[in-house]
Parts: sequence; structure tokens; C-alpha cells
Amino acid sequence: MTDATMNQTSRASDRTTKSPSIILTALKEAALTALLVFLLSILMVGFQTQAIQGQYLNYVTRFADVAWAIVIIPIGRFVIAIDRQGKSLPALVVGALGVIYLFGIGVCGVLGTADFASAETFKNIYESVPRPFDQPMVNVIFGLGALYILGIAIKSQVSAGQRRQTLEAREAAEARSAKIARNISTVVAPILIIGAVVLPWTPWGDRKLVDSLVLVLTYVMLGWGLNIVVGLAGLLDLGYVAFYAVGAYTYGKLSTQLGFSFWESLPLAGMMAASFGIALGFPVLRLRGDYLAIVTLGFGEMIRIVLINWQVFTGGPNGIGGITKITFFGHPFERVAPEGTTTFAQVFNVPFSSAHRVYFLYYVILVLALITNFVTMRLRKLPIGRAWEALREDETACRALGINPTNTKLTAFAMGAMFAGFAGSFFATRQGFISPESFTFIESAVILAIVVLGGMGSQVGVALAAILLIGLPEVLRQLELYRMLAFGGSMVLIMLWRPKGLLAHREPTILLHKHKKTQAAGAA
Amino acid sequence: MIGEAALMPQAGTAPLLTVEHLTMRFGGLTAIDDVSFYAQNRQITGVIGPNGAGKTTLFNCITGFYKPTVGRLALQAPNRPAYLLEQMEGFKIGQRAHVARTFQNIRLFTGMSVLENLMVAQHNKLMKASGLTFLGLFGVPSYLRAEREARDLAVHWLERVNLKHLADEPAGSLPYGAQRRLEIARAMCTDPVMLCLDEPAAGLNPRESGELNALLQSIRDELGIGVLLIEHDMSVVMQICDHIVVLDYGRKIADGSPAEIRADPAVIRAYLGEEEAE
Repeated sequence: MTDATMNQTSRASDRTTKSPSIILTALKEAALTALLVFLLSILMVGFQTQAIQGQYLNYVTRFADVAWAIVIIPIGRFVIAIDRQGKSLPALVVGALGVIYLFGIGVCGVLGTADFASAETFKNIYESVPRPFDQPMVNVIFGLGALYILGIAIKSQVSAGQRRQTLEAREAAEARSAKIARNISTVVAPILIIGAVVLPWTPWGDRKLVDSLVLVLTYVMLGWGLNIVVGLAGLLDLGYVAFYAVGAYTYGKLSTQLGFSFWESLPLAGMMAASFGIALGFPVLRLRGDYLAIVTLGFGEMIRIVLINWQVFTGGPNGIGGITKITFFGHPFERVAPEGTTTFAQVFNVPFSSAHRVYFLYYVILVLALITNFVTMRLRKLPIGRAWEALREDETACRALGINPTNTKLTAFAMGAMFAGFAGSFFATRQGFISPESFTFIESAVILAIVVLGGMGSQVGVALAAILLIGLPEVLRQLELYRMLAFGGSMVLIMLWRPKGLLAHREPTILLHKHKKTQAAGAA
Repeated sequence: MIGEAALMPQAGTAPLLTVEHLTMRFGGLTAIDDVSFYAQNRQITGVIGPNGAGKTTLFNCITGFYKPTVGRLALQAPNRPAYLLEQMEGFKIGQRAHVARTFQNIRLFTGMSVLENLMVAQHNKLMKASGLTFLGLFGVPSYLRAEREARDLAVHWLERVNLKHLADEPAGSLPYGAQRRLEIARAMCTDPVMLCLDEPAAGLNPRESGELNALLQSIRDELGIGVLLIEHDMSVVMQICDHIVVLDYGRKIADGSPAEIRADPAVIRAYLGEEEAE
């Protein structure tokens, strides 16, 4: 406490005279919080409904949980209120205790329910310690609350002495975070790529992981594709999954009706999706912002509904089955070769394994995704890419400079849609079966979330966000019910800590003073 | 009249811009009412008038943001085809006719770097050089050369407006006066035959304003293009304009050299108000 008072000598005298009122106001706040907690939790937490034999509805009371919440939360509020008056010691103590106790036993409990060797030990620890809440995850959440209090206390301790330089400090922090983002982008990108290439050959690269990564990489590719439309051209597209669907159905039809192979129909699927992109682009050219988002949302649904209802052509809700699986440039991944072909296993003279296809699919989507990335990075440095970004910044100024906004927007839509078409065609060959269910609005939302969380326009950020958003739920499957909670929580946390996205840093496409960057790095 | 030479086109040379009977109505409001004037090459033509006189509307008509209700806007630059601006789609006036403009409230691409702003201005030229992107995607030498030339032109203008040291900074982070200069540099990078400036001296301090005067005069004298200038700052207008058009309530009330305008009773009335009959 003495540290805190010394740091603020100027206001020390004020505080000592007002000391009783500090505690009084804090108590008042805590009481108010207790009332609020009571009102909010008495119905939602206090009563739990239960179905009996699937017919009757009964309820059980959980008043103990409510009572604990009414005790714990106001304590937190109380120490925060005191911290705001300059005394951060109580918050420090309460926060630390809360983190150690609540978070500790909560994590023990969660691990106790998980499926691994020493889970039993954790379970025993959890059950032997007195705990406020029965559900382990609730303890974890309260522990996170304590962590927040601890964070506030540490922050006010640290910043107590330097409150006057906030503006410079903030600017410096911004510059620092931009530099970190740039460094992460330059360092992480090669690591990610090399890691992705060698992973299947390492001991960790088992079939299950690689299969999950195929899914992750599909979303990385979709994210990069949508990044052209949303991140570069600034056109908010909520119906991106429509182009994914067009690509998938193009390959589905070409494969089942005309016997096209994956490699033959890949460019056609891209072209088809691109022309749909232009078709969508035309009517929405004059729209901006929210209005554009609504129309693209409608377009996405239109495509899905057409797919459901045009039974004759699309198979309706039953979708298209029996789509040709991917082949190794003509050599199928089968145990027994169909007539006139040799299998992959025969060609390379290895024993047949169903994992070969998974590994091959992994490399195909990796290459497709990297092509998407490479083309986007090139386009950004070409006149068209600069025009996209300029259009995002100010359309009126673009017109005055003689840039054709129509063509510029249409090319953005077409390019974004083309990569979605490629990805869709890959999806179809991976699944062997497609139906409208795979192309619902939530897919568009997830892809958009990847772009926004990653940091609009940042390629590495989008890749990281895709790993987080698609990979995390896969990894967290063990948490079962809490999976989506952790997913939502991580999204909220990213937006709180990095409101512009994970790696929001824009590197100019052309530099005049090339040495500037190295100088800055040298100075650091 | 003394200003006749400035007003009327000299024999044998067509004026750069001929505005004839220009009228712009928004519903019942007539923002511009039957305005006609000339703007010449190698001249700075000032458009002045009290607030709401229709100056910016006039600019928006010339640069294609509005389609005039009535009137003709003929552009004839030396050694270039003639254009009727009132018939052209907005962005084509910049693309084909090479009329460049700046805005009253600065419109830069704030998130992009200073140099990028000037590269975007050369979009059409570079787009052609990049073979509509396809050749550029593969880094064809002819495109790389075009880009290098575009960069050199951008650097040339950055030097002219004294911003070269800030080339890699985001345009939005520049101080106000620098943003004004950058916007002029960006307009100049489009290789214009006519430069339309909407209050370029607004918000500048006297020193910056003086630098702006020198810049505009050098653009006029070295490049020989026509400059059309809306300005409230009379020190700028009277010092550098060769020819002034005065608008009031959408009508042209005077047209002539700065000296004539200064003495014109109609202009004085418009600015200082009618004298009460006593």
C-alpha cells in the first residue's frame, strides 16, 4: 500500500481525509452489485428445468450457487472500487487468491473430466477441496474474473506514476504493437509454411490431425479469398459461401454427369464461381456498407434455396453423391484399381493405406491455399490491388482520379469468388458428397469472423485466426459442452485485446526509403 | 475594356474550357443559373463568390460529379481530342479528358502511404502497362519499367511539394497543410490538362499559403496547363489569378482581371451587401 501512496504523493492528502467515504462508496457499489447479481441469477441460475421421461417438466433449485455468486462477485466489485480510488493492494490480494483458488480447482476439475492418464488424480484433488460451485467450468470462469481483477490491480500499480504521459505512452504502445505485428508476420509466416509442409512426416502428423488440418486449410484459403473482397476492397460480403457452393456444385455436376476429373474441373469451377461473383457484383455496385451486406446476405441464401429446390438439377436436399474422389494425377487412392488404371499404391510400390488420400488432400489444399496467398500478395502490389484499397478508403476520390469503380469492384468480387470456387471444388472431392446443408449462412459468418479476427488485410493474421477458429473447436472436443463457450470467449477476448484483429498492420505496397525498416530494426 | 484580352479567346487558339449557358437545378433550387465563361491554358482562373454562390456545384459539373441540367462544357487541350464534359460519365472525365480535381474537405486515401496515393493516381496508365493485371502478375519487364517511371513521377511531385521525406508514412498521419499539398500532387500525377482546386488554401497559415501560390504559379508556367481555382482567401486570388469569375446566387456577376474585379461595383455589393438608400 505504501508504494501506491508514494506514487501519488500529490493526491495523498486528499485521500487520507476521504478514506472512510472511499470504503463507504465501495460498499455501496458492492451492495448494488449484489442486488444485480441476485436479480440476474435467481431465475437463470437458481432454477434448473428438467425433463422427466421426455414428457413432464420439473425443476430443481440451485440456491447455493446463487448464494455463492452473491458473495463472491460483490467482493470483486468492492476491491475494484477501492482500486479505482488509488489503493490497489486489496485488489491485488483478492485477485491473486481468487486466481489461485478458483482457477486452480476449476482447472483441476475440468482436467479431471478429460480423458487421459492422470485425470483421476485431478479428479481426486477437485473432490477433496471445498469448492463454491459443483461445475468445474463455473469455477474456472470465476477464476478468470479474479484474473481480470488481478490484471486491473497490476495495471494501476504500474501506471500510477506515469499517468501524465498517457498520450505519448499510448502512441508508443501503438507503434510497438504495429512493430510486433510486422515482426510476427515476417517471422511466423515462414515458420507456418515450413511447419505445414513437413508436418505429415513428423511423428505428430497422424491421420486425425492431418484430416483436421485439411479442414483448417480450407478455411484459411476461404479466408484469404474473402480477404480480397472485405479486407482489400472493403466490400462487406456476407454471402461468400454462395461462391463456395457454386464451386462445389460445378465440380459435383461435372464429375457425376460428364465424368470430369478433379484437375479438369478445378479451373472450370473457379471460372464458374467468378462469373457468379460478377453476377452478384452488378446489382450491388451502387451499394455501400450495411446495404451491401444485406444484399450479399440475400444472395447467399438465394443460392442455397435454389440448390434445395431445383431438384432435377441439384438433387435438392439430398444433394449430389458419388462425386469422384481425388486421384493422384489419374492414379486413384483405392485398394483395387478400377479397370484401365493403376492405383497410387501400385505406382509407388507401397502397401495400400487409406491415409494416403488424406495426406495427398492435405498437400493439395496447402498448395491451393498458398497459391491464393501468393496471388493476393502480388495483386496487392499491382495497380488493381492499389485501386481496391483506394476504393475502400474513398470512392469519390477514386472517381476524381479517373478510376473506373465498376470494373474495380467487379474484379474484386470475381477474384474473391474464384478462390471460393476452387475451395468449393476441393471440398466436393474431399467429401464425395455435397448438399445445401454445407453452405448455410453460418459458414459465411465463420469465414468473415476469420477475416475480421485475423486483422483485415493481414494474410498471416487470417491464417492464425483460421487455426484458432476452426482448429480450436476441433482440439477442444474433449471439453464437450464448454467447447462453444471457449470458442465464443476467445473471440470476445481477441476483440477486447486487439480490436483491429490479431495482426492488424498494413505494410505499404511500395517503399521509397527502403532502408527505413532496417534502420528501425537496428535501433530497437 | 482592359480585361478583354484575358476574357476572350485569342484569335486562332481555342480556350481550354468553354462553359456555355451552364444551369444546374436541384428540384426547385437553381444552384447555377446560365453561367458562361472561358478558362485558358497557361492561366489561373479564379472562381470566387460568397458562400452558397454555386462555386463547388460548378466544379462538380465540370468534373462529372453532377450532370448539368442545361449547358455545354467543351474542353479543348492543345494536341488532344476535344471533349464535351457534360456528356461524359463521371470517372471518364479523369480517365480520358484528364481533368483533375481536389476537394474542399481533403479526400486522401488516409490508410495508404503518401507514395501509394500518388501511385493510385497513375492507375489508368499502370493498368494498361500491366496488361490489365495479367502481365503484371508475372512481372513482365515492360510493366516493371512502367512502374519505375510512375514512381519517379511520384517522387518528382513529392519533391515539388516538399513531402519526399514522408513518402512512406500513412497519408492520414500528415499535418493538415501537408495533406493539402499531397492532394495537389496526387491530382498532378494524373497528367492533367486542367487542374481544378477547391479551396486549396483553406486552413493554411500565411507561410503555407505563400508556398501554395508559388507552387500553383510554377505549375501554370512550367507545364502550361490551365488551373481553375475556387478560393475564399482574397490574398491568394488577387495575387495569382490571371482571370476571375465571380458568382453570386448561381449567376455570374463579373468576369475579368483581378484589377477589374476589385473595382467592380456588383462584386463589392455581393460581398459587402447593398447600400441602404438614405
